Amino acid sequence: MNIAKPNSYRSGPDERGHFGIFGGRFVAETLMPLILDLEKAYTAAKADPAFQAEMNGYLKNYVGRPSPLYFAERLTEHLGGAKIYLKREELNHTGSHKVNNVLGQIMLARRMGKKRIIAETGAGQHGVATATLCARFGLECVVYMGAVDVERQQPNVIRMEMLGATVMPVQSGTRTLKDAMNEALRDWVTNVHNTFYCIGTVAGPHPYPTLVRDFQSIIGNETKAQMQEVEGRLPDSLVACIGGGSNAMGLFHPFLDDPSVEIFGVEAAGHGLTQLHAASIAGGRPGVLHGNRTYLLMDADGQIQDAHSISAGLDYPGIGPEHSWLHEVGRVNYLSATDDEALAAFQLLSKLEGIIPALEPAHAIAKVMELAPKRPKDHLMVVNLSGRGDKDVPQVGDILRGKSK
Amino acid sequence: MTTRIDTRFAELKKQGRAAFVTYVMAGDPDITTSLEIVKALPKAGAEIIELGIPFTDPMADGPSIQAAGLRALKGGMTLKKTLELVRAFRKDDNATPLVLMGYYNPIYIYGVDKFLADAKSAGVDGLIVVDLPPEEDDELCIPALKAGLNFIRLATPTTDDKRLPAVLTNTSGFVYYVSIAGITGAAAADANVVGEAVARIKRHTGLPICVGFGIRTPEAARAIAEKADGSVVGTALVDALKNSLDAEGRATAKTVNAVAELTAALAQGVKAAKQAAE
Ligand SMILES: Cc1ncc(COP(=O)(O)O)c(C=O)c1O
Repeated sequence: MNIAKPNSYRSGPDERGHFGIFGGRFVAETLMPLILDLEKAYTAAKADPAFQAEMNGYLKNYVGRPSPLYFAERLTEHLGGAKIYLKREELNHTGSHKVNNVLGQIMLARRMGKKRIIAETGAGQHGVATATLCARFGLECVVYMGAVDVERQQPNVIRMEMLGATVMPVQSGTRTLKDAMNEALRDWVTNVHNTFYCIGTVAGPHPYPTLVRDFQSIIGNETKAQMQEVEGRLPDSLVACIGGGSNAMGLFHPFLDDPSVEIFGVEAAGHGLTQLHAASIAGGRPGVLHGNRTYLLMDADGQIQDAHSISAGLDYPGIGPEHSWLHEVGRVNYLSATDDEALAAFQLLSKLEGIIPALEPAHAIAKVMELAPKRPKDHLMVVNLSGRGDKDVPQVGDILRGKSK
Repeated sequence: MTTRIDTRFAELKKQGRAAFVTYVMAGDPDITTSLEIVKALPKAGAEIIELGIPFTDPMADGPSIQAAGLRALKGGMTLKKTLELVRAFRKDDNATPLVLMGYYNPIYIYGVDKFLADAKSAGVDGLIVVDLPPEEDDELCIPALKAGLNFIRLATPTTDDKRLPAVLTNTSGFVYYVSIAGITGAAAADANVVGEAVARIKRHTGLPICVGFGIRTPEAARAIAEKADGSVVGTALVDALKNSLDAEGRATAKTVNAVAELTAALAQGVKAAKQAAE
């Protein structure tokens, strides 16, 4: 594809929320005034030092930031190539990177005077983070979750309920994340006057992809400083898994204008790219869904297709619009890992490092297993360990026991 | 340009009546039955037809219309076949305005220019695309107006006076006022509250204003027709269709009649309305 390279990969979106042809605001009229209000509130908050100071306080003392940048010595030895560092987002309060974004959005909701928060969730990590901060600030919380995901992510459903949230199992469509997002949008249209929609990834109508990216960029900013401290230079490559793409965008964004840094996003290839999968860039094309134009899995008639991944958090037929743009301008390499590869990586990291990863970042580890051996020993590779595997222990346990029989 | 929609509203104005607008899903529950239903609507008293384009993820619709879309898709409906259905309808009816209503993605994938040309030649008069606000007018609205199709925009209770001009700028044919902040099939709005909203919009535009969402009965259709230039009924017709299906979701001998009978009853309601003096 012949697209002009921009002067900066970090300057988007334009004032209408577009990254190239991607992004935008494709929502029902009922929501437009709200989205415009949100954009105004966010612009004001960003410029307000009090907002930043309050956020920084909670990030440090409630979330537990900065998260460590850990040198994975045994994994490095095992793979015999690049020096592998893990950005430990799984050590955050609630167990994943999702809390960074939710904190930001809940702070915004408070500024906007909204008392009722809704969210959609796949793996349940975004739902848990939202339920947690709603509990902390005394806000009503309703989480939409596909009925299939309610089944396979029971520990997180129980956590959300303990935190006082109402979990609404979604029975429509494929009963996974995309349907949860549809239901959340329906709730929002119905309750616009008092409700704030806390979106869990860098997707949705403008300004969500931007504000979620900004809140998650703390991951990349910390990584830059930490790598400077331990190695005295920039990393040579970054690897992160992609559901909607928020943990990846958070790690990548601060490095986009550093040309020496190779960047890899890893989509879920499910049973394989020619079968059921969730790799929107590898297997999709540009379309319009959930308020933005982006790469989507769909049939010839523009009907959205079912995504599949072993990981509920990656099981989404789309991807954030900024990723679609970064793919088309060629700044980020999008790869994919299958269910089986992710399972193997899940076990490898657990056994070698004593860290049980969530199934989502296990996809990133799977590609590290491929990439790292091909890189020299002085190559610095950072993997975003976006979440811990507690939520996946029952599911993976069943699979491994089933297999060993 | 004068479209069938403009002509129809001019006729109704002469008669001092509001329009009765019906919504059904193209291809629900199968393509053949759907054509029969669409043909039956004007005979039963529908003055404007809205035909839903099925989509897997209709974010602004309730369970009834979502299920109708999935039935249609299961029955093999596509956007191309939706246009063929319109063409077949036009063979015997050259007067009833027909508006396609749906979401942008199937149109975007079909190709905007090709879609507009094919829709125009099939006999489509207007478009309602729920997820294209005025902020995205360049996508489809402006090309549609150039192609000679009306682009009908939704105004909602959250569309305040400051925003209304933006919503109305490129709107033509009529304005669709969504009487509640919510999805299709939700509870009905109070006719008096709707009346105030219609009066407010009328201060900004000379276009006819049709009101929909939540109207299910002849009485409700009548109450709205007394306040607006048209009453729109969708979910109630879709539900009547659904209730006529067999256990496997297939059409029965009762299906076409079930929709036609409710249409006739609702049309009577609208006809009985006394129009508000303007
Ligand atoms: C631990 C973890 N990583 C990654 C993801 C995928 O989301 P994103 O691509 O927005 O980071 C999820 C989503 O639930 C998650 O729980």
